[in-house]
Amino acid sequence: MNITQLLFWILTVIAIGSALMIVTSKNPVYSVLGLIVTFFAISGHYILMNAQFLAIVNIIVYAGAIMVLFLFVIMLMNLSRATETLKNKWLQIVGAIAGSCLFLVLVAALKNTEVKKNLVEMGTGDIGLVKSLGRELFTTFVIPFEISSVLFLSAMIGSVVIGKKE
Amino acid sequence: MYLLAIDWIFIIEKLVLIAAIVTLSMVVAMYATYGERKVAAFIQDRIGPNRAGPLGLLQPLADGGKLFFKEEIIPLASSKFLFILGPLLAMVTALLTSAVIPWGATMNIGNRQVPLQVADVNIGILYVFGVVSLGVYGIMLGGWASNNKFSLLAAIRGASQMVSYELAMGLSLIAVLMLTGSLQMSVIVGEQYNSVWNIVYQPIGFIIFFICALAETNRTPFDLPEAENELNFGYHQEYSSMKLGFYLFAEYINMFISGVIMATLYFGGYDIPFVNEVSLAQHIGENWVALLTFLTLMAKALFFVFVFMWIRWTIPRFRFDQLMHLGWKRLIPLALANMIITALVILWLKK
Repeated sequence: MNITQLLFWILTVIAIGSALMIVTSKNPVYSVLGLIVTFFAISGHYILMNAQFLAIVNIIVYAGAIMVLFLFVIMLMNLSRATETLKNKWLQIVGAIAGSCLFLVLVAALKNTEVKKNLVEMGTGDIGLVKSLGRELFTTFVIPFEISSVLFLSAMIGSVVIGKKE
Repeated sequence: MYLLAIDWIFIIEKLVLIAAIVTLSMVVAMYATYGERKVAAFIQDRIGPNRAGPLGLLQPLADGGKLFFKEEIIPLASSKFLFILGPLLAMVTALLTSAVIPWGATMNIGNRQVPLQVADVNIGILYVFGVVSLGVYGIMLGGWASNNKFSLLAAIRGASQMVSYELAMGLSLIAVLMLTGSLQMSVIVGEQYNSVWNIVYQPIGFIIFFICALAETNRTPFDLPEAENELNFGYHQEYSSMKLGFYLFAEYINMFISGVIMATLYFGGYDIPFVNEVSLAQHIGENWVALLTFLTLMAKALFFVFVFMWIRWTIPRFRFDQLMHLGWKRLIPLALANMIITALVILWLKK
């Protein structure tokens, strides 16, 4: 086991542990913090696969912007004080079954992929670097890229319209 | 020296560099508090601290000692873990940025080229941006965990202010990136090293960046999170002892680091103006040039720190709606226009 594999396993443990913390902690603020830690661990995985751009964008967008808004809402509404409403027992059971089904499907789908053989691609391949990623996005994948930018634009307009309605 | 497939000399070299940079940031922040009081005194026609040591130079040590030995109070109704995590995060995010800054020209120690930069990652500037966007958490968690209405209000003010000004900051950075065509900090500096400083091409971008840096570090005229006449003391109201000290300290470290980043991005980094470093290196040796370039960068950064202080003691505080108005309706359109014009000019010149 060399050092990159060691890093891989450490990051995996952190990611799974903090992901469990999101679900199990009673206080929503701690859940948000758990989610932030998860994002960091996943960014660490991206770096191990030499996808630095993806790693840092993940941190800027999710940890730096979206989670701040989550925290904002939780702090302003003071959700942590609210007593937890008792959910229907059957609902909980159905949720558990549905969740484990999804888990099973994901495991089955990922079991025989190429990824399993090379967990870590430190310093090899340059598809995750800014230059090659940009070139790919603006040549091979230019149409999906433009379509997603239109999607973002419509989301922005939508949020402005909702914000204006008073 | 290879052991366990790890180059240990490389690791030692980086550790020494990291320790040096962290110590440097701390010492500069410490003396920035002294500088702040001296500048304030100068502007208000006073003498300023002059009791501890010659010219009051030991004042920061006395202040630090006082903060360390004060009673530490953690409010009963606060969430303790987050209460302690707040100042810790503020400090960590303030120091993290220094990792990608090129602090000087390459040194040559025992036939080994030692770059004065901890990590020359090829996403350097995005890394800076990412760490800046994480700076919100220190304030937000500290303010919320205090379980105090004033702290919470201040924390939310601080967070919304930082998130709003990040946008304009990012847009002004894009113009710089288009000029150099690289995200790597060493390339950005190298480009300015060999030709003209970026400030010549990007004066508006620099002004936008400077205003945003003021807002990001919560300095006057944007120090609304600690507006004492509205919010008692701001997000660190419940803090005492060194935890308060860390918050105040983080602000000064942020000031210093943002000064360094402004110097790096717009004012040639460690480039000594009007001097040809290569021919100078032949006269006095590579290591002395590295030292001189480092001192140049420090001089540039400390000048910005001085400007920050100057502004603080000259300009009154904004109102919160004015702040948001400036950020969203003035700076962002200006930064967008700056970006588009830069892009057009670059395209035009290339064809």
